[in-house]
Amino acid sequence: MRKVYSKIEQIVGNVITVKASEIKYGELAEVHSAHGMSLAEVIRMNEDLVSLQVFSGSRGISTGDEVRFLGNPMRVSFSDNLLGRIFTGGGKPRDKGPELLENMIEIGGPSVNPAKRIIPRNMIRTGIPMIDVFNSLVESQKLPIFSVSGEPYNELLARIAMQAEVDIIILGGCGLKYDDYLFFKETLEEGGAMSRAIFFIHTAADPVVECLQVPDLSLAVAEQFGLQGKRVLVLLSDMTNFADALKEIAITMEQVPSNRGYPGDLYSQLAARYEKAVDFEGAGSVTVLAVTTMPGDDVTHPVPDNTGYITEGQFYLRNGRIEPFGSLSRLKQLVNKNSREDHRALMDGMIKLYALYQETLEKKAMGFRMSEWDKKLLKYGEQFESGLMHLSVNIPLESALDRGWQILAECLTPEETGLRTELIKKFWPKQELSATDGKDQTK
Amino acid sequence: MKNKFGKVIGINGNMISVAYEGNAIMNEVGYVHVNDKKLKSEVIRIRGNRAELQVFERTSGIGIGDKVDFTGELLTVQLGPGLLGQIFDGLQNPLPELARQCGFFLERGVYLSALPKEMKYEFNPRVKAGQTVKRADILGTVAEGLFTHRIMVPFYLYDTYTVDSIAKKGVFSIRDEIAVIKDSHGKKISLSMVFSWPVKRPIDAYAQRLKPSEPLITKVRIVDTLVPVARGGTYCIPGPFGAGKTVLQQITSRHAEVDIVVITACGERAGEVVETLREFPELIDPRTGKSLMERTIIICNTSSMPVAAREASVYTGVTLAEYYRQMGLNVLLLADSTSRWAQAMREMSGRLEEIPGEEAFPAYLESVIASFYERAGVVRLKDGTTGSVTIGGTVSPAGGNFEEPVTQSTLKVVGSFHGLSRERSDARRYPAIHPLESWSKYQGPVNKRKTDWVRELLFHGNEVDQMMKVVGEEGTSLEDYIVHLKAEFFDSVYLQQNAFDPVDAATTAERQRYVFDILLKILIADYKLNDNDDARSFINQLRQKFLDWNGAEWKSQEFLKIEKEFLNFVFEKSTQSEDDVDERLQKMFS
Ligand SMILES: Nc1ncnc2c1ncn2[C@@H]1O[C@H](COP(=O)(O)OP(=O)(O)OP(=O)(O)O)[C@@H](O)[C@H]1O
Ligand SMILES: [Mg+2]
Repeated sequence: MRKVYSKIEQIVGNVITVKASEIKYGELAEVHSAHGMSLAEVIRMNEDLVSLQVFSGSRGISTGDEVRFLGNPMRVSFSDNLLGRIFTGGGKPRDKGPELLENMIEIGGPSVNPAKRIIPRNMIRTGIPMIDVFNSLVESQKLPIFSVSGEPYNELLARIAMQAEVDIIILGGCGLKYDDYLFFKETLEEGGAMSRAIFFIHTAADPVVECLQVPDLSLAVAEQFGLQGKRVLVLLSDMTNFADALKEIAITMEQVPSNRGYPGDLYSQLAARYEKAVDFEGAGSVTVLAVTTMPGDDVTHPVPDNTGYITEGQFYLRNGRIEPFGSLSRLKQLVNKNSREDHRALMDGMIKLYALYQETLEKKAMGFRMSEWDKKLLKYGEQFESGLMHLSVNIPLESALDRGWQILAECLTPEETGLRTELIKKFWPKQELSATDGKDQTK
Repeated sequence: MKNKFGKVIGINGNMISVAYEGNAIMNEVGYVHVNDKKLKSEVIRIRGNRAELQVFERTSGIGIGDKVDFTGELLTVQLGPGLLGQIFDGLQNPLPELARQCGFFLERGVYLSALPKEMKYEFNPRVKAGQTVKRADILGTVAEGLFTHRIMVPFYLYDTYTVDSIAKKGVFSIRDEIAVIKDSHGKKISLSMVFSWPVKRPIDAYAQRLKPSEPLITKVRIVDTLVPVARGGTYCIPGPFGAGKTVLQQITSRHAEVDIVVITACGERAGEVVETLREFPELIDPRTGKSLMERTIIICNTSSMPVAAREASVYTGVTLAEYYRQMGLNVLLLADSTSRWAQAMREMSGRLEEIPGEEAFPAYLESVIASFYERAGVVRLKDGTTGSVTIGGTVSPAGGNFEEPVTQSTLKVVGSFHGLSRERSDARRYPAIHPLESWSKYQGPVNKRKTDWVRELLFHGNEVDQMMKVVGEEGTSLEDYIVHLKAEFFDSVYLQQNAFDPVDAATTAERQRYVFDILLKILIADYKLNDNDDARSFINQLRQKFLDWNGAEWKSQEFLKIEKEFLNFVFEKSTQSEDDVDERLQKMFS
C-alpha cells in the first residue's frame, strides 16, 4: 500500500507541496479534501519536497488534507467500450455510463520513431473548395483552424468531421463552452456518428488543470485505435485554452516567461501533442484538427505563432470563410499530384490572381481609376469569392476545379492567367475561348 | 578511469540534480538508473557537490535517491566508414535499427551503435610499419559507396607515433584492429577503423583554414544569382512559419553541387524528415548516377523527441560534416531549425534559473551561435587536398519578426542572408526569398556587375510600386510603368522557381548564366508600347513564353524553339535590333 501524507507544506496557485519519500516523477496522487477527491500529478521534486498540480484546483484545500500517492502516472482505460462515451478532463465519466478501469494505458507516452512513419497519401475530402482545391486536408495531418472568437470554427470542425471518411472521431474539449459541447454532441448524434465517437470534455467551468490532460487523453486513445488499424480524427477545441493553462502552471512554478507570460517550452509542449498525428506503417492513422483562437486577431501572438511552426499548415477562418492567404496545407502536394493534372497549376494560378485582386481592391479603396485590367480583376475576385470561397459552397473537388476554369474564362484571357499553354489547351472552357479571342481582335 | 556515482536529489522537467562525491567534469555523460533502464544525461552545471544534468530522455518515473553513473567522458559520436546513408537521432542512435528492435515507438534508454561491428570494408593500407604518423594522417583507405574514405589516426592522439604494424589489404570488420601505433613513450595503441570524438569540440586536424571563394551552386536561381553561397561559407534562412524554409532546404539537399549533405532536422516536424528519408533512396543523383541517400546523412531529432537531445543534434551533425571534410570532400550541413536548438538552450537555462537575456534566451546565446557557424570553413588538409563544410541554418523567429535574438545573433556571423517574406509566400512567389532585403558577401556564378544592374532594376521597380500605391496607375508615367513591368517580369520568370516541376526545380550554373544574359537583353531593350494596357499585355505574353521555356529541358529541341520564338517576339516590339542590344550590353559589362 502506498504512503499517505497528511501535511501539505505549501499551497501556491494550483500547486501543492508535500514532504514525501519514494515518489516517482510524474506520479499521480489523490488529494482528499472537504470538497471531495481530486487527482494531482508530481511536477517537481527537490530533496523530500514534492510539488503536485491538483487537477480540480487548490481552492478549499487545507494544509491538513490527505495526499495519497498512487504509484502510477496518469492513465486512461482503452477498449472499444470507450466508443459513444463522454469523459471529463480528469478521465471520469461525464455521461451516465460506468467508470472504465480495464486495460489502463499511460498517456503522454513516447513519440513514434520517424523511421516507422510513412508519407501521407490519402486526401480527406471535405466538399469545401477552399480546402479540397487550395489546401487539401490529408490523412494524418495536424492542422489548426486559426480564428478570432465569434467565428463559426466549431461548426467548421463538426462539418469536416461529419463529411470526412474516418473510422473514429475523438473530440477533446479544452475550455469548451457548454453550449458548444452540446452542439458537438447533437451534431454527431443527428449525423449518426456518436457511436464511433469519444469525447473528453473540459468545459470553461471545470478546473483548469484538467484542461491540460485533455489533449493527452484524446491522443493516447487515438494512438491506440490507430495502432489497431483505425483511421482516427481527433478534434481539439480550443488549444489556446490549453496553452493558457500551461501558462498558469508555469507562472505558479515561478518559471521565467519567454514571451507574453508563456513558458519557454510552449513550443515543445504543443509539439508533443500535435506530433501524435501519424500514419502508421501497416496500421491506421491519427489526424488532428484543432482550433486555435487568436487573441486580438493577432497571428503573431505566441499561441498561434508557435502552433503555426508546429502544424502542417493552418486554415485561417475570417469573416465566416477560409481565407486563401494565411491558409496553408503543407501536405497538399502529396495528394494533389494524383487528383487531376490541372489541380496544382490552377490552385497556384488562381491564388496569384486573387492576390492581384486584393491589390486592386486597395487601389479602388484609395479612389484610383480602375484600368481595364483592374476591372477584370475585380470581376474575377468577386466570382472567386462567391463561387469558391463562401463556406456555403459544398461541391466535390472535380466540380470545384471545373468551376475555377469557368471563372477564369469568364473574366480573363488565357495568357492573363499565367498558366502554362498545355493546360490551357486542355482545360480552357471552349465557348469562352472564342469569345475572348474576339475581344482581343476588336482592340 | 574509475567510475563515479551519484544520486538524484531533485527533478524538474528534463533536468535532474545529483549529489556526487569526488570530481565531476563539465559536460560529461552520466546515466540515471530508472527501473531496469539507464537514461543518458549530460552534466551542464556543477556547484559544490551537486551537479545538474540534462536528461536526453523523458524523465517520468525517476525518483529521489536513484543512482547516477558518471562516465568521465564527454558526449561523443563515432566516426568511421558506414555513416553515409544512415538516419540517426540527435545522439547518433540509428533510427531504423531502433525501429527494428523496439517497434513503432522510441523506447527510452536504448542506445545502439552507430557503426555496428558487422559492417565490413576492404582496407587498403597507405603506410608501412616504421613510418611516423600524427593525428589525422592517413593509415589506409576503404571505399564507402562513391567515396574514398580515409582511415586516419584518431584526432584525439596529439603525440607523434610510429607505425608498429598495419593490416594488409583485405576485408575487415570495422572494429577489427587495422593498425598498432607507438607513442613517444613507446606505449602501443591499437586502432580500428572507428574512433570517437566529442561533438562540442570542432575537428581541427587540418593544415590551414582558407577563405571561402568558390560558389556553392544550389541550383536555386535567386540564391545562386542574387544571394550566392560559398563552399565553406555560412548562410541562414530566417522566415515566418510556412514561408518555405524547409522546402528550400529540401531542394538544396537534392540539387546542391556538393559531395555530401548532412541534414539536421532539429526540433521540427517528423513528417518532413519522413519525406526525405523515404524519397532519397529512390531519387537518383544526376551527378553520380547513384541514389541520393548514398551521399546523405540524416540527423533527426524532431519536435516531440527529447529536448536535450535536440540541443545535441546540431553538434552531432556538424561533427559528422567535419569528419567528411577531412576526406577532402565538400560537405553541406543543413540545420532546420536553429531556433529550436536555441529554444532547447533556453529551456535548460530556465531550469537552471540563470539570469535570462532578451526573450528569456540565455545571455551566452550569441557566442554559442557564433561558435557553431565558425565550424564551417574551407580547409587545406595535411596532404594538400582541400575540403569544406558549408553551414546553412533556418531560423524561425517568433512572430516572423527578424528583430529577435536568434535571427540577430545569426545575422552577425553568417556570410549570406536569405530572408523569407510573408508577402511573397502569401502571394505564392516561391522561393519566397526577399530579393532586396537579402544579401550575400560571396561571389556567385553570374557576373556581379550584371546582377547589380538587375538589383537596381528591382529596386527601381519597387519604388515605382510604392509610388503607384499613392498616385495610382494613372499618375504613373508609361516609362515608370514599364520599369514596374520589367521588374515584375524578372521576378516571375527568374526569381520565382517551381520546386515541383522536374525541370524548373533545378537550374545549373551554366543555364543560369545563359538565361540571365537573355533576360538582360530583354530588360535593357526599349519597346514601342502605346500605353499601360499595351505594355502589360506585351509583358504578359512574354512571361507566358518564358515560363514555358523554364519548363523545357536544357538545350532540347523545345528549348531552342521557344527561345527563338520569344526573341523574335521581343525584337518585333523593340525599337532596337538584337544586334544593337547585344552591342550595348557588350559596352556595359565588358
Ligand atoms: N519553393 C516552393 N514551391 C512551391 N511551394 C512551396 C515552396 N516553398 C514553400 N512552399 C509551400 O509552402 C509550404 C510551407 O513551406 P515550408 O514547410 O518550407 O515552410 P517553413 O518556412 O519551413 O515553415 P515552418 O517554419 O513552419 O517550418 C509548403 O508545404 C509548400 O506548400
Ligand atoms: Mg520548416
